[in-house]
Amino acid sequence: MIRKIFIFYKEGFLNMKTGKKLWIIIAIKLVFMFLILKIFFFKDFLSSKFNTDKEKGNYVIEQLTNINKN
Amino acid sequence: MEHIDFSLVDWSRAQFALTALYHWIFVPLTLGLSFIIAIMETLYVKTGNEEWKNITKFWMTLFGINFAIGVATGIILEFEFGTNWSNYSWFVGDIFGAPLAIEGIMAFFMESTFIAIMFFGWNKVSKKVHLLSSWLVAIGSNLSALWILVANAWMQNPVGMHFNPDLARNEMQNFWEILLSPVAINKFLHTITSGYVLASIFVIGISAWYLLKKRNIKLAKRSMVIASVFGIFASVYLIGTGDGSAKAVAKYQPMKLAAMEGLYNGEEGAPLVAFGILTDKKDSEYEKDISMAIRLPKTLSFLAFGDFNAYVPGINDLVKGNPERNIISYKEKIDIGKKSINALAAYKKAKKTENTLEAEKQLKIFKDNYKYFGYGYYFGHNPKELIPPVKLSFYSFHIMVGLGTYFILFFIIILYFTIKNKIQDNKMLLRVAIWTIPLAYIAQEAGWIVAEVGRQPWVIQDLMPTIAAVSKIDTSNVMITFFLFLAVFTALLIAEIKIMIRSINSGPELEK
Repeated sequence: MIRKIFIFYKEGFLNMKTGKKLWIIIAIKLVFMFLILKIFFFKDFLSSKFNTDKEKGNYVIEQLTNINKN
Repeated sequence: MEHIDFSLVDWSRAQFALTALYHWIFVPLTLGLSFIIAIMETLYVKTGNEEWKNITKFWMTLFGINFAIGVATGIILEFEFGTNWSNYSWFVGDIFGAPLAIEGIMAFFMESTFIAIMFFGWNKVSKKVHLLSSWLVAIGSNLSALWILVANAWMQNPVGMHFNPDLARNEMQNFWEILLSPVAINKFLHTITSGYVLASIFVIGISAWYLLKKRNIKLAKRSMVIASVFGIFASVYLIGTGDGSAKAVAKYQPMKLAAMEGLYNGEEGAPLVAFGILTDKKDSEYEKDISMAIRLPKTLSFLAFGDFNAYVPGINDLVKGNPERNIISYKEKIDIGKKSINALAAYKKAKKTENTLEAEKQLKIFKDNYKYFGYGYYFGHNPKELIPPVKLSFYSFHIMVGLGTYFILFFIIILYFTIKNKIQDNKMLLRVAIWTIPLAYIAQEAGWIVAEVGRQPWVIQDLMPTIAAVSKIDTSNVMITFFLFLAVFTALLIAEIKIMIRSINSGPELEK
């Protein structure tokens, strides 16, 4: 069964025409998103500063309640 | 609020808007074209006519191009939530978690698996299994849209949750209330049907190009019939869901409705502005006049409340309040919101010092006033800052409605000429059909602008404005990624158009 599925996908990919170009675009896009954007520009703000949910919650409450005083 | 970096808020908003608008270029075609393809393939399986197979395969290629270029562009929106909008992300985390997780799983398993059968499975699986896969791709992509639209609808009408003051998070209390809220249902149906209209126009426009070039005549005519019939049904349904959306907006976001119509002073039997140009009103710092207005009497009241004489509040009523209509002013809402924010701060302080009685007292004050929590961030500010951009909301709404009306007429005319077998002789109509494709995209984007700009300044209606939702990050970072996205998305769009044009130019002959 697994072999059949593998052959199905393999033949499908090998016989692609426009699809090959599209897969290259998808691959470049995913590499750009996950290896460049996510790592260098879009770190999770709260996770990069705090470890626990409690700490994150306290920080957000601090932000939400002190916004007029900051 | 003098310490809030408004340029950071503006750049973060601009970046999110850019990403969402680009993402929405790709999505609606996927939503609609998948169903048109499934219908075409059904005709192939039913009739056994190879011509239908060729037609299906041709449109499937264009579907594949659009799907491949558009796939994952929405993930960037999730990146932005975590980085630029961390207060907001945390505040809504539990609500969004379930719908987005379901969306991820559904998109991966349904779309990915069955798309593979759709593209690789010709002559490898039975006709019926292939057809089933095509229908499941269509249903799967539309259901994926359901979950993200449910999340968006919750932001416009937050229901079914409970705020946990210890973690500063809204927690889901009733999944069904969130899923089946009138805003969610109407938003989902209105959005996906607008995708069907766009896809129908796309198919008609490209078919028209073939007819102008005198190529693939049979494919073009058959595609036009399917697309125009599908487009007529979708348009009629779109009117119904638009009506449902208008009623939901009137009930839950009256300011958005007032901005969409440029209505400053509420009235009974309010007219609908069919056409008009907004101009600055003399002697007023913010009001607009509508010049060259064409008004349909009492229609706005009917559309909003199902009653020709119903009262529709205007921007001034909502900002200044209208005791006769039981509308409280923004100033009062700001005071209530401020009380809620202060109580939350006092509650946290009392908890820290283990003063249980004080904590309970403050928690009660917080909960009693939570309804207008977000207004508190405008304490000490002019309440008029809570008015959304009226010009942009007004024009986007009227462009969307105007084009939607034109599309119905367009589908009927195309269907008539195609059935009468005169379509290929009407070069003017064929050219109009091609140029209607960009208009369909304009209508789509205008719809999103109405939905999102019209609800400003709220990220979550009445609970969280953009100024409270944004992360304290460096504005320059947001600016850099804004232009990075602009470049990448534009490149993707150019790639899509180029590959699409090449495939259209090659036509189904390539498939043979």
